[in-house]
Amino acid sequence: MLDDVQIVVEDLVKRFTLPTGSFVALDRVSFQVREGEFFCIVGPSGCGKTTILRILAGLETKTGGDVAIHYHANGRPRSAMVFQGEAVFPWMTVEANIAFGLRSQPMPAATRRDIVRYYLDQVGLTPFARAYPYQLSGGMKQRVSIARAFATDPEILLMDEPFAALDEQNKLLLQQELLRIWDESRKTVVFITHSIDEAVALGDRVLVMTAQPGKVKQVVPVDFKRPRHIPELRRDARFGELVYDIWSALRDEVSRARESRGSARGEESLP
Amino acid sequence: MSTVVERNGPRIVWRAREDTAGRVRFMTTRHREILMSIFSPLVVLIAWEVVVRANLVDARFFPAPTSIVGTFWALIRSGDLASAVGVSLTRIGAGFLMGAVPALVLGLGLGLSRMVRAFANPIIYALYPVPKVAILPLVMLIFGLGEMSKYVIIAIAVFFLVLVNTIAGVVQIDPIYFDVARNFNASRRDFYLGVVLRGALPAIFTGLKLAMGVALIVLVTAEFVGARSGIGVMIYESWQVFAIERLFVGLVVVSFLGYVLSLLLDELERLVIPWQRDRR
Repeated sequence: MLDDVQIVVEDLVKRFTLPTGSFVALDRVSFQVREGEFFCIVGPSGCGKTTILRILAGLETKTGGDVAIHYHANGRPRSAMVFQGEAVFPWMTVEANIAFGLRSQPMPAATRRDIVRYYLDQVGLTPFARAYPYQLSGGMKQRVSIARAFATDPEILLMDEPFAALDEQNKLLLQQELLRIWDESRKTVVFITHSIDEAVALGDRVLVMTAQPGKVKQVVPVDFKRPRHIPELRRDARFGELVYDIWSALRDEVSRARESRGSARGEESLP
Repeated sequence: MSTVVERNGPRIVWRAREDTAGRVRFMTTRHREILMSIFSPLVVLIAWEVVVRANLVDARFFPAPTSIVGTFWALIRSGDLASAVGVSLTRIGAGFLMGAVPALVLGLGLGLSRMVRAFANPIIYALYPVPKVAILPLVMLIFGLGEMSKYVIIAIAVFFLVLVNTIAGVVQIDPIYFDVARNFNASRRDFYLGVVLRGALPAIFTGLKLAMGVALIVLVTAEFVGARSGIGVMIYESWQVFAIERLFVGLVVVSFLGYVLSLLLDELERLVIPWQRDRR
């Protein structure tokens, strides 16, 4: 094992039990994430990528295998999550939302205010400090969510498809913004997405998953130098090649999954 | 005016209607709305007056508004009205607090725990539909004819409505907010006050408003049956001595009380739930 490995996932198994029976969501998933690495997990919906993140965050239990996080216990939280969809509290102002994670950390009120002010500025929401989420657009709400996670200064940032609900223009803006903020701290990031494009644009390595049950297909290194400029990156021929390679790896899986589902339906309809 | 491209074929031209944005309006829509809602009760009052004066209804049962106004004034000057309203409002206030506060605390707890809810639900839903007026004799038996029995019966009525709505309010909170609270290590205080209570507040206010309406019904009924003062007593005694004008004054005051109390709750809601879109 390498020295700077921070997250070790070994033969992770997750089985969900439903009234209709149980199914395996994650089947012996193994990977390692280095400290300071931007690690992306990409896969079709239903491959269990969100489950991995929730297990890492301690919001979900594992059925088998091992998940370990090495961290420096220096008062910083182990991890902070940027959730999928609308996860900013609608009853709190932008300011209060960003301060939420800081409330559990002992610090003078002035320090807390400074941190909030800094991240408000980082995500460009200073004029909206006192606004409520209903007054914000989808992209602005996601910025609040990102600022809230960064503000706690966690060892690991967990991001669950944070830009999935945004339009193409906003998505690009926020991806670029995320890279800029991340560049300052170089925290360990585990970033979940179903967009191959996004994974390649942001990540140092991309873990490709297959669905039903969720398995690791391969891990693809992405060695574009940083800081990255995403529109420029997209013009790079190597970018297109990487995206194509990952897509080819996934394509067989996606069609296989669709066929098996189709045949399952066919069987059900038999008398 | 837009130009229409000449074409062969049927010469029918359709144009979009113009809006009124360019015109100068005498009043805004909001002002006209307010005027309309002042106007409607006036129409009813005038129609009532005319119908009575034309002898179309029996003035002994439906005295004209103008004759009620005289009695109203007399009751205000004697102080009878103020003391009746004071007594009734105190009962509503005390009963409301005694019912709503425990309902809120219990509702938050029940909303959070599925198991406790499963345990308590049969009890709640067996007691909830009992007409609260039906247990008034029992309450008077236990708490006597004094003020406490009025507080208690109002509290019981308020309790169930607030409880049921608080539970519903907590249950409908998106679980993602609980995940966020856990992920960011929220303290107990932040969790209960900052997430659970605030998330349930809109539903809690629905409960409080419903409870206010029911509290008025229960108040007047309780005062009919066993009280020496209050607005319900004023109405009931008026019936007994056939003081029809005074009876109507009582009715007007009760309806006005209900109106003012619901306005107060609306205002309070606006204050404590500033994150909701203006629902005007």
